This record gives sequence, structure tokens and C-alpha cells, in this order.
Amino acid sequence: MREQGIGASVRRKEDQRFLLGKGRYTGDINVAGQTHAYFLRSPHAHAVIEGIDTSAAAAAPGVVAVLTGDDLAADGIGPLICGVTVTSDDGEPHRAPAHPALAQGKVNYVGDHVAVVIAETLTQAQDAAELVDVKYRPLPAVANTGEAAGDGQQQIHEVAPNNVCFNWPFGDKAANDEAFASAHRISGIELTNNRMVTNPMEPRAALGEYNSGTEEITLHMTTQNPHVHRLVLAAFNQLAPEHKLRVVGPDVGGGFGAKIFVYAEELVVGWACRKVNRPVKWTGDRSEAFMADAHGRDHVSRAEMALDENGRFLAMRVHTTANLGAYLSTFSTMVPSYLYAFLLAGQYATPLIYSEVKAVFTNTAPVDASRGAGRPEATYLLERLVDVCAADMGLDPAEIRRRNFIPKDAFPYQTPVVQCYDSGDYEAALDQAMELADYAGFAARAEEAKSRGKLRGIGFSSYVEACGIAPSAAVGQLGGGVGLWESAQVRFNPTGNVQVFTGTHSHGQGHETTFAQLVCDQLGVPFENIEVIHGDTARTQFGMGTYGSRSLAVGGVAIAKACDKLIAKGRKIAAHAMEAAEGDIEFADGNYTVAGTDKSMNIAEVAFTAYVPHNYPEGVEPGFDENAFFDPMNFSFPAGTHICEVEVDPDTGVVEIADYTAVDDFGKLVNPMIVEGQVHGGIVHGIGQALLEGCRYDSDGQLVTASFMDYAMPRADNAPDFRIGYAPTDPPHNPLGVKGCGEAGAIGAPPAIINAIANAIGVSHVEMPATPETVWRACQSAA
Amino acid sequence: MKIDLTVNGRAASGEVEARTLLVDFLREQLRLTGTHVGCDTSQCGACVVMVDGKSVKSCTMLAIMAAGCDVTTIEGLANGAELHPMQQAFMDNHGLQCGFCTPGMVMSGLDIVNRHGRDLDAATVRRELNGNICRCTGYQNIVKSIREGARAMGD
Repeated sequence: MREQGIGASVRRKEDQRFLLGKGRYTGDINVAGQTHAYFLRSPHAHAVIEGIDTSAAAAAPGVVAVLTGDDLAADGIGPLICGVTVTSDDGEPHRAPAHPALAQGKVNYVGDHVAVVIAETLTQAQDAAELVDVKYRPLPAVANTGEAAGDGQQQIHEVAPNNVCFNWPFGDKAANDEAFASAHRISGIELTNNRMVTNPMEPRAALGEYNSGTEEITLHMTTQNPHVHRLVLAAFNQLAPEHKLRVVGPDVGGGFGAKIFVYAEELVVGWACRKVNRPVKWTGDRSEAFMADAHGRDHVSRAEMALDENGRFLAMRVHTTANLGAYLSTFSTMVPSYLYAFLLAGQYATPLIYSEVKAVFTNTAPVDASRGAGRPEATYLLERLVDVCAADMGLDPAEIRRRNFIPKDAFPYQTPVVQCYDSGDYEAALDQAMELADYAGFAARAEEAKSRGKLRGIGFSSYVEACGIAPSAAVGQLGGGVGLWESAQVRFNPTGNVQVFTGTHSHGQGHETTFAQLVCDQLGVPFENIEVIHGDTARTQFGMGTYGSRSLAVGGVAIAKACDKLIAKGRKIAAHAMEAAEGDIEFADGNYTVAGTDKSMNIAEVAFTAYVPHNYPEGVEPGFDENAFFDPMNFSFPAGTHICEVEVDPDTGVVEIADYTAVDDFGKLVNPMIVEGQVHGGIVHGIGQALLEGCRYDSDGQLVTASFMDYAMPRADNAPDFRIGYAPTDPPHNPLGVKGCGEAGAIGAPPAIINAIANAIGVSHVEMPATPETVWRACQSAA
Repeated sequence: MKIDLTVNGRAASGEVEARTLLVDFLREQLRLTGTHVGCDTSQCGACVVMVDGKSVKSCTMLAIMAAGCDVTTIEGLANGAELHPMQQAFMDNHGLQCGFCTPGMVMSGLDIVNRHGRDLDAATVRRELNGNICRCTGYQNIVKSIREGARAMGD
């Protein structure tokens, strides 16, 4: 292993600029002549717009333009699209209402976009927005997930009767029913998966510039996937032809899914900069993020498990209502369907699984992927159900899991829900986690806590997720409109340093370091001579971006393939230069060597020769610059066991996370320091969901958690230090042997925590977020 | 109205409106964009700077209130490319991911040292970071960074 190659906890290349305050986020960029955009948003959850009078606003000081949905429609821009089709149980595609970027006649959630004011300064735009006179006729609102499709509910969209987007059954219902009919015991649970606001710390922003000479639009924006934004904005929103649109995601302050999607604001900024022929900048504030970023989760579910007399799982059935909000966000439909139901097997060899998902519209912000996306919802439901099964059967929660695990010699393992797991050793992770957590000592700790008046509980969560998104053919079969390969270009400069262009986007994950480690290892180039470039459609050849823990498992392999091509080309150049047969050239640690001799040439010399080809092999192109695309053969399936210990104060309902252990299988680790950081962050995201975070709309559809004062984000004193371990297996289809690690904590943590709380109090279930009030009430009910 | 103040050891001045926040003055007029805005309710702490040696959320202070004051931002800590020990500790302990909350975390770390000294236990740091939100790191490495940075500041 090279000192800074694969497996080394190398300090990050990114950090110097961030620590000096020299990061360059979208909001940091100002250009000459720029104007400022401010969005006028609906204060109503559901209303007809009877008229918009913009005249006073247009006449206000500094105002450049006031634009509405009529202007947008007149220019043929939009509407926003959903890129994944789910077929409903009537054989028709999911119901897709029109989603204009600025409202046309109707608003459907608080924060919906009504008009944009563009002015010389932001304060002028804000002041003028107050002068826009909008006549609303309010309608009753639908805000409750479980009730949205019920009788007598207000209809939101004409195209979606009963507010249903799709009904999607999956599995063999008859066989499932039969297994339930003959089961020894049936255990069940009903629960909600609380709605989350994703809240990356940098709010969304966009800066649009139009060059009337070249007819090009350049859009700097907070994006996790610049090329996907360019593709959708060009192909579906008619913003500009793809070759006349440049999308740049400079430094981006966290994403967690929220910056995947094509939103109204960025489209409107791109359109408006051409319309007013001035640069237009929009910097969203946190209130806007709460109102109009896509939210996450928001399921209401019931699930049952059929068990035999030994506690083995025979069959599972699930019914879930998933709230998609007022409109369909870019990838919304796939989250409660393919990313959810196909993960319901978890780590278990349950032979039969039947699920029904009803996706509904409500007068709330659109819901889409958020760290984990579907997999946290599946894992939470399953791992809570497993604990209920354990209690019903009188089995230890570790034992019931162990009895039902897919055995390690069964991989690759075809689940009954489409996915074929690549590799795993679930017992190894469980054993290691129990060891690290000192499970054997738990009873004594609980006893000691009791002496202090505290209830101590322990909870397990054994999760599996599908990452490395995704094999393009599988995506196509499922109704997705894109391929999910990744691309890379690795370019030597004549002076021997290397630029790596990747189609993934780093917004905290440290790709500039991890990917440089890959190249350092493979090409033998010093780490400091490697620069990783991402986030600009004008610089990187193409890419599908970063989400679904795909960047290393897909993007990293594309880089490795480009390096393979360079090594192969260099072999010809080196053979010619050293007057040897190509077959006699060996490449190792950056040097081409003639086998059995001490004749050798460094790859930097080969690169120089390729650019100064005075003495050069016939038929070989000059230059030392290769690109590659990689389309994965399968998803990757990270998995692990998390164990949480809590202490509950029965008098106040306050929950303290007393101890937390995570043992994960991410395959091979390239930079263990970065991986551990991802795990920490994911777990705390999960602690937020389990204990603190809950996005609430009231019955009128008003957002009552619209700031960090009403919506509790996890803070430093909400978590302990974690015990982290790894139980890696080798995924056979991934050339680098990697699986992905960015979402695991957010998936594994919520059920471990709630299982621990239920164990502490002695109840079958506690809803998330387990606030002191909720927990105190549960304590009262148990007493 | 015109204000004069000292920012990162240098004299600075500018024309501001009465409603201009200190953070907007720093970012938009002085173009010191290392200080970030992560919320609009003074909760997140991405905008923490030092004013006359005390940490302040620069979104809670009007620019005119800083007239005559000595302001230090994240850009004022390093000696050229040589990081301040607190910054170095964040790099060494992977105390940052996306970098957006980081300037505020570093400044708050310095403030914790000012008030609690250089020998910090984890519980103190966790409690004192109550005004700073990070979505990426899970805080463990930030706590570690601040404790190590505090120790290194005396070296």
C-alpha cells in the first residue's frame, strides 16, 4: 500500500480552503451587473388565484421585473417533471399533475411559488414583493397522510381522483395469504415514519448569467448532479439547448438528497436572466428551505409477520401510505416504491413478502429522496416488527435476528423482492457489534441505572441497503428515464501531474481526497500531484452525480477504468522508448519496467513522451488522457448491525443515548477516516429522526415547524461518542470491492434507538420523534 | 450611514443602511465570504465571528453596532497558508465535511477556549456548541478537534 493510497486515512485536500474561509459556495459568487431575485410564495396551503396585480411592485424603486406564471407559460418554460414512472394497480401510469414553476391559477402548498421580483438589490426585491397584490380564494386543505385518500377529502388535482398518485401492490398475494393462514403466530405493528426536512446547512441558491452573443446560459447552483440538472432543464423544461447551458455546482454545503432535484427557483433564475438580460441571483434562506425544499419520509404503515413455532419468518405483508406532497418532485415516485418495497427483505431469508403502497397527494411541500430514501422507511418498519416478533415469541432480539439471517454461504442471494444481494456476513457484524457493545454486561448496567431511577434499554437494528445506484438496464425496466452509469476522465499534463475529472459531485464526502487516493495507488503518481475536478458541465465530460451512496462504487470504478486505459497506452509508449516488446513491459508503482532488466521509465516520463512524441510508436495517438464510463452490474448492498443503549428518565420522558455501536459492511475502505465521518454523520441524522425532528403541518396545511426554533435539529449534546467497527465482505461484481457508506447511519439508527426506548419502558412501540412528551406518555401507559 | 471598524487587524469602512446586518456587511461589502448564513433565526451559528474578543452571531448584530469595534472572521486566523492551531486541529481530526458550518465551529471553538481554558472535557465542548448546528459530521470529530485545538494553542 502506498502511504497515501487505498486504505490510508489521508487528511483531506478540501480542508485547507474551507478552513481558511476560502470555500466558494454559490452564495459567495457575485458578478458585475447582477440583480437579485425574491420569490413571492403562497401563504395558503390550497387556494385559487383569482388575480395577480404586479403594477405597484413593478413601479417600486430598483425593480427590474416582476414575473408570474403567465410570463413563464408565454415563454414555453417548464413544467417541472417527475422522471420515474410507477404503474398503478389499474395498469395506468401514476397520476402526474402539472407542476408549473410559477403558479398558474392555483397554489397547492404553503411556500408554492407565485411570482418572482427581480431588483437591483435584495432588499428592494423583498420590499417590492409586498406590493404584489394577489387575490386568493382559499380552498379546504388536505394535510394528513393517512386521511388524504379518504372519503370526503378535498380534491387537490383533477387528474388524481381521491388524491391518489398510485396504488402499487407487489408480490404474490395468494401465496402470502396462504402462509399467513397456516402460521404458528402472527405479529404486527402500525407506525408512522415521521416527515423530515433534509436541511443541509447551506440553503439552496442560484446565479444565472446569459450571454446574448453566444446565447449561452451559465447557471451556478447548489446541485448534487450538475449534468442531471442540465439534462432535465434542457430536455424537459426548455430552458436552453443542452450545448448552450452550463451548470456549475461549485462548493456545495451539504446535500443529503435535497439538492438532487430540479426545483422551481433554479429554473426561474435561469429563465429570468435571459429575459431581463442581466445576471440574476437568488439566495434561499432557511425559511424557504423549510417551505420549499423537498421533504423526506412521511409514511403511515402497518406490517405483519407470519412466524413458525421456532420464530422463523414465513411471510411478511405490508401496507404503506406514502405522502408525496402537493406535486411530484423529480424522483419522488421511486422512493416509496422501488427504493422501499424492494428492501423489505432486510437481512432475512423471509420467503414471501407482499406489499401495497398507496402514494397520495396533500397540500404540503413535495416529498422526495432524503438521506437513505425509502431504505430508512423499510428498515424502520422491518426492524421494529422484528422486535415485536421477538417479544411475542419470547426470544432475545439478537437470537430472532440470528435465526432468520440469510446465511453467509447463500450469497449472491435472490430475495423475493427483486434485489439480488451481492455479499454479506450478517452474523459476523452482529457478533462484533454485540462484543463491542458488551451485550453480556447489559443486565448489570440496566440494574445500576435502575438504582439511579433511570430505565435503561437496548435496541438492535440489522439493516441492509441498496447503494451504488444503479445498473442502467434495471433502472429502465423500472420506469426510470435515465441511465445511472458514471464517467471519468484522467488526464496527465505534460509536466507529469494529473487531473481527474469525475461526473460525481462532492458536497462534504471528500471525493477530492478519496479519488486522488485511488489514482495515487493505481498510477503510482504522488498524491499531491493529483487534482480531482467535479461540478462543472463545461469541465467534466458527463456524469450522473452523487446520491444513493454511488460515487465511489460507480464513479470510482469509472476512474479506475480510465487509469487502466492510460496504463495500457503507456505500455506501448514505454516499450517503444526502451526498445522492448510490449509484452515484456511490466507496470508497477508508477514505473514501466522491461521484465528481467533494470530498464525502467516512470509514468510521468511516458506522459511527457506522449505530448512530445519525437520518438514514438507508429499508430499510437499522441496525448495521455483517457476517459471511461462504468455501468454497474448490480446495486451494492452495504449492511450492518447497530446497537443502541438509552436511558429514559420516567419522570420527564427525556431520553439519553447512553451508548451506540455500529458495525458495518461497506466492502473495502479507501479512506477509513472519511468513512467513519460519514457513519458518525449518518447516525446523528438518524438520532435526529428518532428523537428530535418532525415536520408538522396543521390541519389547515400551515407549516408549523418552519425554522430551527420549531424544528429540532440534532446538536452536539444529543449524541455520545460512537463505537465503530467493520465486518467487510467482498462484493464480487464491484471491481474496487467497495459498497458505499453515506447513508448507512441514517438507515440503521432510528430503529436501534426506538427499539432501545421500547425495551427500556416495556412497551411495544413509541412513535418518532420520541420527544420527552411522547416518551413520558409511554411511560405512563406502561406503569 | 458610514461606519469605520477594524476587521482582521485592518481598518475597514463602508456605507450601510440602518437595517444592514453585520454578516451582510462582511460578506457583501468587504467580500469576506468565509462567514456563512445558514438560517434566519440566529440558531445555526455558521456566521459566528469575534467582536472585541467575544463570539457573536453576526446575523444578530447590525453593522452599525460594530462601528469602532475590532472584528475577527475566519479569514483572520491563519498566518498566510499556515493554519491557526484550531484550524489545524479541525483538519487533523476530520472535523469538517461540507465546510459550511466550519467557520462558525472554529470561531466558537476559540470562544470556548477563551471562556473555559485549554483543558476541555468533551461534555463541556458538547454543551457549549449548543448554538452551532452541523448536519454532516455528527459532531464527534468537531468535539475532538476543539479539544485538540485548545491544547495545541498553548504550544
